[in-house]
Amino acid sequence: MQSANKILDDSFLEIRAKLLEVAATLDRLDRSCEEQAPLTTEAQSRRAKLDEAIRILLSEGPDRAERVQKLFSREYRTDWRVELGL
Amino acid sequence: MDYIDPHIHMVSRTTDDYATLARMGCLAMSEPAFWAGFDRGSVDGFRDYFRQLTEVEPKRAAQYGIQHFTWLCINAKEAENVSLSREVIAMIPEFLHRPNVLGIGEIGLNKNTRNEATVFLEHLELAVKHDQLILIHTPHLEDKYQGTRMILDMLCGDSRIDPSRVLVDHVEEHTIQEVLDRGFWAGMTLYPVTKCTPQRAADMIERFGGERLMANSAGDWGPSKPTAVPDLIFELRRRGHAESLIRRVVYENPVEFFSQSQNFHFTPRDTEADRRLAREYR
Repeated sequence: MQSANKILDDSFLEIRAKLLEVAATLDRLDRSCEEQAPLTTEAQSRRAKLDEAIRILLSEGPDRAERVQKLFSREYRTDWRVELGL
Repeated sequence: MDYIDPHIHMVSRTTDDYATLARMGCLAMSEPAFWAGFDRGSVDGFRDYFRQLTEVEPKRAAQYGIQHFTWLCINAKEAENVSLSREVIAMIPEFLHRPNVLGIGEIGLNKNTRNEATVFLEHLELAVKHDQLILIHTPHLEDKYQGTRMILDMLCGDSRIDPSRVLVDHVEEHTIQEVLDRGFWAGMTLYPVTKCTPQRAADMIERFGGERLMANSAGDWGPSKPTAVPDLIFELRRRGHAESLIRRVVYENPVEFFSQSQNFHFTPRDTEADRRLAREYR
């Protein structure tokens, strides 16, 4: 595996660009909420998911990608066969 | 580097793509049956599609020295029509003896519904009855985690299914471990927006190693890149990984998995059989 310094050197500009895209999109959302109409209840729930994902990015641990994936996933229940009547 | 794309939908690609793939080192590919972008109306629609997969695409691929293999099924999106699904499943054995058919696939779930699960289980019966390899489609986006777990429950709930004869495709960070831990092969699909990038696939290889892991492009009619596997090779090389690890993921693992099918008559490059093929097609 590459050194942490090398990974950061190689990916710094790309991550910077992606963060700016996220920041600009959130700004655009806010502007539109002020100038047009606020988000619907369903859209607010999706918007809150984005905030939660950003909090995961700021947390510690080697599994941020996995936790973000699970945040955006429907719940798995072991009794799904009963629920579906299978 | 020579590589094999184990999951690519060439019916939706141009002949130019075959030429490009050959130049990038693609030696063989396997093409699972899938959704055509619209729901087909009859079993004869599928019969014609299976002829395309078993007659037309192998010839188109061979023009560029690529060996084409395929998988048959009715995909999960069309499985909501259970009666049509049963007609298609009953018709599939007509094609199982065709020389490029590796097994049943890509079967799985889409929205994780009762009908999809019913048709999935009936496909498993077909595969068991005819001793076929199985290629699994796992759902997209928010349905993936739930659907993958449901699929694994159904596979592991059938003692006749040997995990080493099943490839579970489209794994991502939240599903790969469970698939590998239960003894299945796992495929990472390099599909920019809804699945996985070459960089994230390289991360998963670094975390889980190369055992029972493959990478594919999906290369279908959606926004996808048929040369995504060479992109992964490039990313792994850029990170300084050994050629042996890269070759294992993009070449040796597909060969090992597919070799469990009696129809996988693969011709490695620079063998007498390869030279004979070259004289015939190139």
